[in-house]
Amino acid sequence: MRVVVDLSRCEGYAQCAFLAPDAFRMHGEEALMYDPGASNARRDQVLRAAAACPVQAILVDQLEGRDAPAEGSSS
Amino acid sequence: MTSAENLQAFKRDGRIVVVGASLAGLRAAETLRDEGFTGSLTMIGDELGEPYDRPPLSKQVLTGWVPAENTKLPRRREIDAKWLLGVPASGLDLATNQVRLADGRTVPFDRVLISTGVRARPWFVESEAALDGVFVVRTREHAEGLQRALAAGPSRVLVIGAGFTGSEIASICRERDIPVTVAELAPAPLVGALGAMIGEVAADMQRARGVDLRCGVKVTQLEGDAQGRLRRAHFDDGTTIDADVAVVALGGIRNTEWLQGSGLAAGVWGIACDTGCRALDLNGLVTDDIFVAGDVARCPNPIYEYRLISLEHWANAVEQAEVAAHNMVSGQADRWPHLSIPLFWSIQFGVNIKSVGVPTFADEVVVTQGSVPDHRFVAAYGYRGRVTAAVSFNNAKWLDHYRTLIETAAPFPPACPTPDQPADMKPTPVDFPGPVLLAQGATVVVTGHDPSERRVTAAHQHR
Repeated sequence: MRVVVDLSRCEGYAQCAFLAPDAFRMHGEEALMYDPGASNARRDQVLRAAAACPVQAILVDQLEGRDAPAEGSSS
Repeated sequence: MTSAENLQAFKRDGRIVVVGASLAGLRAAETLRDEGFTGSLTMIGDELGEPYDRPPLSKQVLTGWVPAENTKLPRRREIDAKWLLGVPASGLDLATNQVRLADGRTVPFDRVLISTGVRARPWFVESEAALDGVFVVRTREHAEGLQRALAAGPSRVLVIGAGFTGSEIASICRERDIPVTVAELAPAPLVGALGAMIGEVAADMQRARGVDLRCGVKVTQLEGDAQGRLRRAHFDDGTTIDADVAVVALGGIRNTEWLQGSGLAAGVWGIACDTGCRALDLNGLVTDDIFVAGDVARCPNPIYEYRLISLEHWANAVEQAEVAAHNMVSGQADRWPHLSIPLFWSIQFGVNIKSVGVPTFADEVVVTQGSVPDHRFVAAYGYRGRVTAAVSFNNAKWLDHYRTLIETAAPFPPACPTPDQPADMKPTPVDFPGPVLLAQGATVVVTGHDPSERRVTAAHQHR
């Protein structure tokens, strides 16, 4: 799955790191590191983390890989 | 588009081309469809593959946690676009409304969005830049290559340039227990963006984590061995250092060369536009069908005396793309101005550094909250007695408060909003290295005498 965190919005509440520790980790007391390509097996966890974020900074893909350009195509 | 009917016809059957298929281009495309644009949409990008996110490249990817190919951007919706990837645009013809591609093809449009971004500034000696072990970090391939080199356990990494990217890379080297030297021409890291006071804090952070930080020095030569592998760097003070990896982190070059001769106000400074993201032509007149968003845009900000500002910030790319897309499919009366306050973040040495506003637009700085020695504080920047920016170290929750102070032109120095008032709240001069590094010489000339004849011409056409 695909995840992006708007780190300009993130204030380091760390809810995501509690709910989906494989995908979200705190780096120091406030900085967040996350896995933008988290395993699909963790989708439920990641969605729960996204829902719990107090500043709604976590965006999860809605398309699961549909609507993509063919990799390597140039036309 | 002069009438509502024309606008409706354009939204239904028009042709929009987006040049630059990264964060800004993708978000603009999604917004265009959200706003009901059902015409043809073409995405042009010089890199192969889907749009991906760049901030993780200098962080999660370099630590070895996340593979570089796992940074594809999430999609908010289908965009039903034709993708022309792996071929850069090479020209824009405003007489015929066509984008030219490097392979000779042309793509016609009714409206175009330019979001070609920036590329990494390469090392200035080509043969030295080509040495094995010399890297820049801007694309997925760059990050993947550097990650492999770090994983191989180099004896020492040299980072050239202690801006945000260089400092983040140095931080990761220390996390991976790799000896690292950072060379910076300025007196301290981050000083060009955040001034001398924060620069000192950043220097302390680096040295406390074991970085061999050398400020006020210039790397003059990267020396290779007989196999073409980097082995040594030479400094302008006559010293040398042995290193098998060098990361050139000297900032970016805006991708505007393809617009030379197009008649747009495009140059080393970016592409000038109005707050509605409409590009200006060389004369400074607003165009109707050419829009700009992201790192390559140079947009006026009313808060900062309407100065034209280019920002290489993630949030700016997103917000500007959404405004540009909205305006591309809206009538004049419904258009939005891009009026956001710049926001920026950097993660390094375990500290979350964030800024709001434009710290370089300041004459004084003051620590307003927390403790500098603990690396947990907020500093506010002021210009002629009003708040213009703030920087937080591990104190991001307060930045929204400072954003409001900036938006309302609150007096500087501001009061401390919490009980953790620092002992010494005395403003000090902000002390930036000065505009010397930014001076690029003339880029245009003005000709003609009568108002009807006055015209701007790009200076590079005269050399």
